[in-house]
Amino acid sequence: MAAIVEIVEVSKSYRRGSYLLPVLTDISLVIEAGAFLALMGPSGSGKTTLLNLIAGLDQADEGVIRVGGVDITSLSESELAAWRAGHVGFIFQFYNLIPVLTAFENVELPLMLSGLSKKDRQEHAAMALGLVNLQDRMAHYPGQLSGGQQQRVAIARAVVTDPTILVADEPTGDLDRGSAEEVLALMERLSGDLGKTIIMVTHDPRAARKARSMKYLDKGVLADAPQITISECL
Amino acid sequence: MLLRLLFRNAFRHKLRTALTVCGMAVAVLAFCLLRTVIAAWYAGVAASSANRLITRNAISLVFSLPLSYKDRIRGVEGVKTVSYGNWFGAYYVEQKNFFANFAVEPRTYMELYPEYIILPEQREAFYRDRKGCVVGRKLAKRFSWRVNDTVTLIGTIFPGNWEFVVRGIYDGRDDTIDDTQFFFHWDYLNETLKLTVARRADQVGFYIVGLSDPNRAAATAAAIDAVFKNSFAETLTETERAFQMGFVSMSEAILTAIRLVSLVIIVIIMAVVANTMAMSVRERLGEYVVFKTLGFRGRYLAGMILGESLLITGLGGVLGILLTFPAAEGFRRAVGTWFPVFRVEPETIYLAIAATLVVGVVAAVLPVWHVTTVRIAEGLRRIG
Repeated sequence: MAAIVEIVEVSKSYRRGSYLLPVLTDISLVIEAGAFLALMGPSGSGKTTLLNLIAGLDQADEGVIRVGGVDITSLSESELAAWRAGHVGFIFQFYNLIPVLTAFENVELPLMLSGLSKKDRQEHAAMALGLVNLQDRMAHYPGQLSGGQQQRVAIARAVVTDPTILVADEPTGDLDRGSAEEVLALMERLSGDLGKTIIMVTHDPRAARKARSMKYLDKGVLADAPQITISECL
Repeated sequence: MLLRLLFRNAFRHKLRTALTVCGMAVAVLAFCLLRTVIAAWYAGVAASSANRLITRNAISLVFSLPLSYKDRIRGVEGVKTVSYGNWFGAYYVEQKNFFANFAVEPRTYMELYPEYIILPEQREAFYRDRKGCVVGRKLAKRFSWRVNDTVTLIGTIFPGNWEFVVRGIYDGRDDTIDDTQFFFHWDYLNETLKLTVARRADQVGFYIVGLSDPNRAAATAAAIDAVFKNSFAETLTETERAFQMGFVSMSEAILTAIRLVSLVIIVIIMAVVANTMAMSVRERLGEYVVFKTLGFRGRYLAGMILGESLLITGLGGVLGILLTFPAAEGFRRAVGTWFPVFRVEPETIYLAIAATLVVGVVAAVLPVWHVTTVRIAEGLRRIG
C-alpha cells in the first residue's frame, strides 16, 4: 500500500505565558492508504495535537507533514481551509452538529464549498445518510436524535465529500456501549469495505481493538505500546 | 442554506432577539421623533424663499419702522414688490389658544406668498372687506371656523377685542407650509390705532421685499440698508432664510442638546446590540469553529454574523420607522401649537436607515474578529 500520510520529524509546542510547553517531539510516522489506525496514549501525551496537525487544524513548529502527496505544512491558512474542505473528514467526540440544521442539512453542509449543484449536493447527502442507515431521520434536528444517531450523522457529514482521510477524536467517548459498538462497526465498514483511511484517537481499548494498527504516544514521542495496554485492548 | 442558517440563528433565542428588536425599534423611534422635532424647528427656514428679503429695525424686531419707508424701499434697484406687516400677537378666547397672527398689506402679501393657496373668490372677498381675515386650514379646523364666521381675537400687543370676518381659508402648497396662521388687513389695525393710540399708527413691524433677481439678494439687502443709514430708524435687511434662522438660533442650545440625545440613543442601542451579538457568538463559538474545521473561511463566518446582526437591527429599524409615523402624528396633535409643520422628513428616514446599518455593522465587528481569529485547535478544546 502507498503511504497516504507521511510525518517527518514533526515537533509542536504550546506557549503557556512565558513557558514553552513541548507537546510533540520529533515525530516521524507513515500511514498507508486504507489504514485504520488507532492513536493511543495517556492524557496529555499529544494524541489530539498530532491528529490536529495531520488534519491541518494546527501548524507544526518543525517538520513536514504530507497528506496524499501535499505538503500541508507549507500551506497558508486559507489554502489549508480549502484543502481540509476537500481532503479531510472529521468525527468529534461530541458530534459537533449544528443544532439549528436538520440531519440532512448538517450532512449537506460541507458540500456547500464543493461547487456541486443543489441537486447533486442533495443526492450526495442522501447517499451518505443512507450509508449510516439514517434515511428516516433526515428531517430530524440533532436534539431529536440519540447520541449514537448524532454520531452517525457526524460520520455521514465526514464522508459526504469523499475525503482522502477521516480523522476521529474519541468518536465513542460520549456514547453508551451499544451506540459505541454501532459507530465502531460503521467505521470498520468504512475502512474495510470502502477503503477509507481512518486515524482515530481513543482512550477506549474496545475502540482500539477495531483498528487494524495502533500507535502509542507518551509525553509527545512515539513509543512502543506497553504490553499491558495491548493485552487490555485485546 | 447559509441564509436559512442565518435566519435560524437570529431566532434561536426568541426572547433575546425579540427584546433586542424591541430595543432597536424604540431607539429608532426616539431617534426619528427627535430628528423630526429638530426638522420642525427649522420648518420656517426650510419653507423660506430665496425671492424674499425681510427688512426690520436694525436695533431689534420689537422696534417698528415708519410706513413711509415703503416707497423708498420700492425705489431700490432689484426690488420688485414690497409688502409689510405687524406681528399682532392676539389669542382666541383663552391665552392657551395661541397661534401666529399678522396684520399685513393683503394684495402685496398674497402676491409674495404664492405658497398660500386660496380660492380666487375668497381672496377677492378678503381684499374687499377691511375686517376680513384669511386663516390656515389647520387653524380653521382647530376652532371649527368657517368662511363668513365672525371671530373675535383678544389683543396683547394691541389690547382690546378685535373682531374679524373669516373671508378665506388657505391651504399650504405642500405639507411643509404652515397652515396655522391668521392674516388680516394692516389698514384695519392702523386705522384703529389712529383712533386709540395715535403714536403707534403708521408704523410697521417688518417689510417683506420681493426680488427681481434672487442672485442679487445680498447686494439688494445692502442697498436697502444703505438708504436708511444714519436715519432715526436704521434697517437690517436679510434673506427670509437668515431672518428665520435668527429665530432658530435663539434655541440653538436646545437643538444641540436634542441632536446629542438622538446620537446618544443610537450609541446606547449600538452597545446593547453589540452585547447581544457578542453573547450569541460566544455561545456558538464551537459551531463557528466546526465551520472553520469543515473549511469555511473567515468571510463566510463574517457574512453569517454580520447578516444576523443586520437582520436583527434591520427588523428593529423597520419596526421603529413604521412606528414613527403614527407616533409623529400623535405628537403633532399634542403639540401642534408649537410645531405647525411637524412631519417626518425623508432625510430623517434616510438617517434612521443609515443609523440602523451602522449599528448592525458595528455590533458585528467584535464577534466577527473573535470568530475569525480564534484558532481551531483552541476552539475545539473549549468544546471538549
